[in-house]
Amino acid sequence: MSESGVSTKPEDGMVIVCWSGEIDKVWPQMILGTTGAAYGMDVTLFCTFWGLFTLKRPEVGITGDNWMTKMLGAFNNERLSHLNFGGAGPKMMRSIADRHKVAPPEELLATAMELGVRLAPCQMTMDLMGLKREDLIDGIEEPLGAAAAVSRMQNAKINLFI
Amino acid sequence: MSDVAKTLDASGLACPMPVVRTRQAIDQIESGQILEVISTDRGSLQDIPAWAESTGNELVEKEDAGDRFTFRIRKA
Repeated sequence: MSESGVSTKPEDGMVIVCWSGEIDKVWPQMILGTTGAAYGMDVTLFCTFWGLFTLKRPEVGITGDNWMTKMLGAFNNERLSHLNFGGAGPKMMRSIADRHKVAPPEELLATAMELGVRLAPCQMTMDLMGLKREDLIDGIEEPLGAAAAVSRMQNAKINLFI
Repeated sequence: MSDVAKTLDASGLACPMPVVRTRQAIDQIESGQILEVISTDRGSLQDIPAWAESTGNELVEKEDAGDRFTFRIRKA
């Protein structure tokens, strides 16, 4: 039992496979992750494929070591899954969210870290995108593979893929 | 009714922050003490009672003033 009387048994775990880096999907990743932590759950956000962009330092571009990985750099810009309008959509969505006092994904990410949410980058995605540990933000876990992620999912009551 | 040990003003915050801040505030009081939460987020009417029930904390009072909601929660 933790200090607030909340059970922290392993089966009270939550794993969110954060696959998308689109802002309208990063939002629910962060909202559900922080809420799980507020429930006293042991929460892991396993950041893979486009979801890894959330953990990338903003100043780091995807450079890659050949023309194909270099092309991934085109995805550095913020996107919406629907109504993207060439990048205008995310700006509108942020402005509407701000008017409704919805915290931006960056603030929710900081809150998640404050609450002890485990942010786990996918090693294979890092290799694909040519990202090194130092290209990612501080305060996250060591990179994981699929097996370590599955072990956590096996012990989690709630598993989501967003 | 016991005295309120701590009041959290979550006015102006939207989902999920009222619940997140409630969790952080309840971590700062002792078992058996009462936390008062004030919220303007309509979703809190469902969210705070659901959170309290799932975490074993007791919702002792819920007040709906139309655009302002007050909850009193006894820490487990």
